[in-house]
Amino acid sequence: MADGSIGLWTVPLAVFGGAIRVSTPFLFVSLGECITERSGRINLGLEGTLVMGAMSAYGISYLSGSPWLGVLAAGLTGALLGALHAGICSLPRVNDVAVGIALMLFGTGLAFYLGKPLIEPTAARLPAIDFGWWSDIAQVRAALRINVLFLIGVALAPLLFWAFKTTRWGLLIRTAGESADAARAMGHSVLLIRLRATMVGGFLAGIGGSFLSLFYPGSWNEGLSSGQGITAVALVIFARWDPMLCLWASLAFGGAAALGPALQSVGITSGYHLFNAAPYILTLAIMIITCSPKRTLTGAPAELSITR
Amino acid sequence: MTTDTADSVEAAAIAPAADAGFLQRHGQVIEYILIPGAALAGALVVFGGFVALFGKNPLDLYFYMYYGAFGTWFSWQNTLTRAAPLILTALCTALPAQLGMVIIGGEGALLIGALAATSAALALPSAPPLVVQCAMVLAGITGGGLWIMLAGGLRQFRGVNETISSLLLVYIALAILNHLVEGPMRDPLSLNKPSTREIGAANMIGTIPGMDVHWGLVFGLVAAVASYVLIYHTTFGFAARVAGGNIRAARIVGLSVGRLILTVCFLAGGAAGLAGMIEVAAVQGRTNANLAAGYGFTGILVAFLARQNPLAVIPVAILLGGISASGGLLQRRLGLPDASVLVLQGIIFVFVLASDALYGRIGFLKGKV
Repeated sequence: MADGSIGLWTVPLAVFGGAIRVSTPFLFVSLGECITERSGRINLGLEGTLVMGAMSAYGISYLSGSPWLGVLAAGLTGALLGALHAGICSLPRVNDVAVGIALMLFGTGLAFYLGKPLIEPTAARLPAIDFGWWSDIAQVRAALRINVLFLIGVALAPLLFWAFKTTRWGLLIRTAGESADAARAMGHSVLLIRLRATMVGGFLAGIGGSFLSLFYPGSWNEGLSSGQGITAVALVIFARWDPMLCLWASLAFGGAAALGPALQSVGITSGYHLFNAAPYILTLAIMIITCSPKRTLTGAPAELSITR
Repeated sequence: MTTDTADSVEAAAIAPAADAGFLQRHGQVIEYILIPGAALAGALVVFGGFVALFGKNPLDLYFYMYYGAFGTWFSWQNTLTRAAPLILTALCTALPAQLGMVIIGGEGALLIGALAATSAALALPSAPPLVVQCAMVLAGITGGGLWIMLAGGLRQFRGVNETISSLLLVYIALAILNHLVEGPMRDPLSLNKPSTREIGAANMIGTIPGMDVHWGLVFGLVAAVASYVLIYHTTFGFAARVAGGNIRAARIVGLSVGRLILTVCFLAGGAAGLAGMIEVAAVQGRTNANLAAGYGFTGILVAFLARQNPLAVIPVAILLGGISASGGLLQRRLGLPDASVLVLQGIIFVFVLASDALYGRIGFLKGKV
């Protein structure tokens, strides 16, 4: 009954609902990476952090029965991996891009290893708030079941924007990212600032991972993340290191990623895999449009190796 | 040498080809073997500690790793079979590295190369095997080559970071492969595991006489040696290394940097595409999702461990091939999950990168014991 009454509207509705559901991990990883990159270092290992976060959140939630403890564990795991990245990068002549690749492989491998016994059991999942109570239509209700983590992420974006602009910590991070010499001249340890920025970035990326295993798709398996972490890192680049733009870009990405399943739900199944690749194609397309060989990107932290 | 050794070492570090003393030159070679070796040993110790946490005996671990990799003729053959694609995917990272580019999309080029090679074979149903095999090699190299050339072109003409774009291209390649294998190219008879039609037993490239290792190993060895000659003994390679050292200087002396980038990326992707062709023509016999076995990602590690030197890629690929060959034995005898090989690879990678800090800092090689 409800199905027939809204017909093809299912697709935009599912894309809208999907944008909110799928965008959350993008949002957390990109905000985290935004902090790290603003401090002048790039962490490509967040893909591994995301998977480790998903695994540890699921494990702790299963063992303790509390999904929020799982989220905390995911954040701490992420911070630990961030500390590892920053620690290795602070050695002389070590390339942060390469360390990121190594931690991407290490994080995924470790998560698969430790997560083997977690594929079978079911862990307690994160609750959702039902914003669609006013509607009788099942699809509307499904689209408006919104997770608390998404709301936290949405609130975090303007908070970070404000923090970068006005707080002492925001200024320190930006100084380390724009000119390490200036930060040093002010008597601050650049390595320490970057260590903290990378740990906070890892913390947020880990929480993004917990969303994957504890809410949507909501289980732990080895195919859980396929490139969301690295897509989010690319997303920071064309969001021009601006937390608010990270938010809008994440929503756009979530929508693109929800397109395949949405079309499948109305019976369009051909090209399913191609639609699933939509976020990657979109990332590449936006990078092609917004990058330029002639000038460095506006808003890019001057110390960032990847844009120099 | 009786001059101040510390000074001449510093001079050697700035310009390695300059007039360095005998000891210093030796010191550098020793460093290149000693430091990665120490990193490898350190990684093995940490991994031993890791499995000890799960109640396994690290000594058993080392024994089974050695036994499964190099202990018997059977395991040697298994190791060499796995080393063949690793040599080629490692070149996909090592060649662009000469230009200062970090390409990590070898897995994508491998998949596209496999698809192209399979398509070539299926398009020539009645041609003689040798023609089909040559067409597959060409198609594999071209497919993979164009795929990585895309990343290189985006970097050259649009300033898109090649590390991120090449990785995104892996996921896009995987989607294309899944789409074709489950849709237009699907063999209706492949029910459980969607696959393309088989290329036919006559078109398989077979094994090297006297051993159970396929000809892919020879392809890999030839490609590695050819890459070494190209990089270190031709003007093209010299130009590439100049551009990698200082891109502005290269432009000033009139090198066409754009053409260098595109050519090197094509060759790099071609190597990985050839790996895909070999996996089809020597192992799988068809294209399906089995091809995404991670050879492209392990190849990145091989390239970094070999310090991007095409010749050093060969022994390192055999070593890493051995580690992955021993994975099955570790699973059966010690009950370790199959991901333990991935963990070990990750630990090795981290150690190797951290060991970069040691170059030029080892006291006894500087002559101040």
